[in-house]
Amino acid sequence: MLVFVAFALFAFGLLGVIVRRNVLIMLMCMELMLNGVNLSLVSFAQQTASAAGAVLVFLIFVVATAEIAIAIPIVLLLVRRKHVMDLDAYADLKG
Amino acid sequence: METLLLWLFAGSALIAAALMLVLRHPMRVALALIACMLSLAGVYALLDVHVIAVFQVLIYVGAVMVFMVYAIMLLDVRDGSFTRRFSRLLLPGIAGLALFLAILAHGLWRALPAPSAAASGSLFALKDFSIAFLADYWLHFELVSILLVAAIVAALAVLQIGRRKHG
Repeated sequence: MLVFVAFALFAFGLLGVIVRRNVLIMLMCMELMLNGVNLSLVSFAQQTASAAGAVLVFLIFVVATAEIAIAIPIVLLLVRRKHVMDLDAYADLKG
Repeated sequence: METLLLWLFAGSALIAAALMLVLRHPMRVALALIACMLSLAGVYALLDVHVIAVFQVLIYVGAVMVFMVYAIMLLDVRDGSFTRRFSRLLLPGIAGLALFLAILAHGLWRALPAPSAAASGSLFALKDFSIAFLADYWLHFELVSILLVAAIVAALAVLQIGRRKHG
């Protein structure tokens, strides 16, 4: 039943990315989505008793670290230019 | 007793995740996320996946969230996202999410494998995990190091672009 907890975590993260306005909070909600996926991987690895799930969780850790290492400088650059963290202010960033 | 603790940790992770949606200040959201991650580390430890629990605390809470907290302190910008927490996608987002969850739960309910016997804890002990990791998955390990180098180079490149634009 931990899979359903994982689903709920993923769903909360997805909802946060969609409905919140602050860029940093959206980034943190993405981390929450990754955490939900990790929990589902661990519970599936427990059910099938295979080490592959645990290895995949480790790889997701690294991906999350790399994601934050890229995303924070981008947010720093954006905020330095406009001094707002509201994502609606960057709606002109298309094309 | 262990089952009770497991559900206690899972429940606190869910509560912290729900708090992340409604709290206003980014620092409080970061603290809620840290609480969620620590509860998940407790869940992993109770499931006998100690390696993952340690990495959860070390990498996620120790590295990623500290970096995030630094960014929040660096960018203490008070703007419209403080007074209005939610974007105009609030209602469509909730509706789409309910649909997504219904489809997912429907699929999961049919496809969920029957819970097998209690998983062997020895498979996830540090020694066995490390041997399996470096014997069978060494290629992934090396690819991960390449990914990290690429991320560092990209972060430096992003900062370089910003410096050039600003003079």
